[in-house]
Amino acid sequence: MNKHIKVIAVGTIKSTAQKEACKECQTSCQSACKTSCTVGNQVCQNR
Amino acid sequence: MHVFKFGGKSLALDPITGTLLEVDDLAGDVLKLWTKLKPEEIIAALSVRYAACDVKQALSEAEDLAAAGLLDAVMPPEPISTDERVGQVKALCLHVAHDCNLRCRYCFAGSGDFGLERSLMDAATGRAAVDFLLRSARTRRHLEVDFFGGEPLLNFSVVRDIVIYGEEQAAQRDKVIRFTLTTNATLLDDAVIDFLNDKQIAVVLSLDGREVVNDRMRPLASGAGSYGAVSQAIQKFVASRAGKNYYVRGTYTAYNLDFAADVMHLYDLGLRELSIEPVVGGAGESYALRQHHLAVLRKEYERLADFYVTKQDEGDPFNFFHFNLATYDGPCFGKRVSGCGAGCDYLAVTPDGDLYPCHQFVGQKDFAMGSVATGITATGLVSRFSKANLYRKPECLRCWAKFFCSGGCHAQSYHSNGTLLQPDALHCELQRKRIELALGISALRSVQ
Repeated sequence: MNKHIKVIAVGTIKSTAQKEACKECQTSCQSACKTSCTVGNQVCQNR
Repeated sequence: MHVFKFGGKSLALDPITGTLLEVDDLAGDVLKLWTKLKPEEIIAALSVRYAACDVKQALSEAEDLAAAGLLDAVMPPEPISTDERVGQVKALCLHVAHDCNLRCRYCFAGSGDFGLERSLMDAATGRAAVDFLLRSARTRRHLEVDFFGGEPLLNFSVVRDIVIYGEEQAAQRDKVIRFTLTTNATLLDDAVIDFLNDKQIAVVLSLDGREVVNDRMRPLASGAGSYGAVSQAIQKFVASRAGKNYYVRGTYTAYNLDFAADVMHLYDLGLRELSIEPVVGGAGESYALRQHHLAVLRKEYERLADFYVTKQDEGDPFNFFHFNLATYDGPCFGKRVSGCGAGCDYLAVTPDGDLYPCHQFVGQKDFAMGSVATGITATGLVSRFSKANLYRKPECLRCWAKFFCSGGCHAQSYHSNGTLLQPDALHCELQRKRIELALGISALRSVQ
């Protein structure tokens, strides 16, 4: 049991760097004049 | 490591892995130095505030997390050149109408015409766009078409034709096209509503919030306010689809820096899928956002987060687009590096069938990419856009939020700084604030 650090969420960013993107996920227009979707909003199409 | 406060707690985000931690003050100070100094240097640097044994304990906990792969100080290598993506289009923004019946004062599209002649796309061009998309998608199965304008419902008959044709053609190729439509809601009659619902088309509805705010910036072409008719139409439409598959999207400007009140107003109208965005451009205009607004805007996002959490706690939550961060099941690394895909995965199509990297480049000759008939002819532009990823943006490489933001909007970078590789500073600050709050909300929910 850690005394100083508590894990809230385990990130998967680096672990997914080992395989190529399938390119099936939703397009993420990041323009504020449109939907302003950050990639962080998106879920993976394969999960 | 990015250490920040939310709701009285200290949180730490590892920008490389995306792991989110709750930390005490000691661990927060240790993690700030963790990737910069050696352990003995960290102990020395913090010796004034903390006992060495406590610092060693926090360091040990961080090392254990690193050994388990939860923390990492080293960026993965840049993905292999993406030049092979030339022609692999996934999504089209179809400008079915370069015309609009509103005269929004902040419109980047020049009240709908994008600096070109007011015009509507014909059905043949729309079908050719679908053919181009299906042809260009190659092995990609999930494709997208967004009906945009101007006001796309000024050309509803062509929207309908393209959807029916697109569904047929996609099915023949074992592909799926998701359709979305962005509208000012002035033309949502029963026939349109029935069609949009029947085809399960996702709809983005534009309304800026309070009547006085909306009508100042979004008058009808006649000059009269649009709030009354639009707010009623949106409520009727949302009810018709049981509150699913829509977003109400507003814009805030320097005139309503208290934009949380506009989100609250939309909530009070019974709307639960909400987004409000900072106005784009307008340099020199009194409505434009400026650096000196930042402190107020940060506070306003905090006020909005408080409202968001309160409504969750009360059991009648709403979605605010920027707070819906997919912390656990977000996109893969490749997607986070490449971002929106404008100019390669994603293209805009004018009423005449001409291709541009995205809707914000439409009408700019230097960014003309070909047409739905010829396909992409400006392959150099595809290469330029596909290479404009995070690894080519020095400011992004230094930013803790890079894998959540993905480098921001190409068009905004270009229009602000004359290059795709330098993001707009003000919007970076707003993005970081929203991501902090989203992470904080997700941490709060995790604890509960």
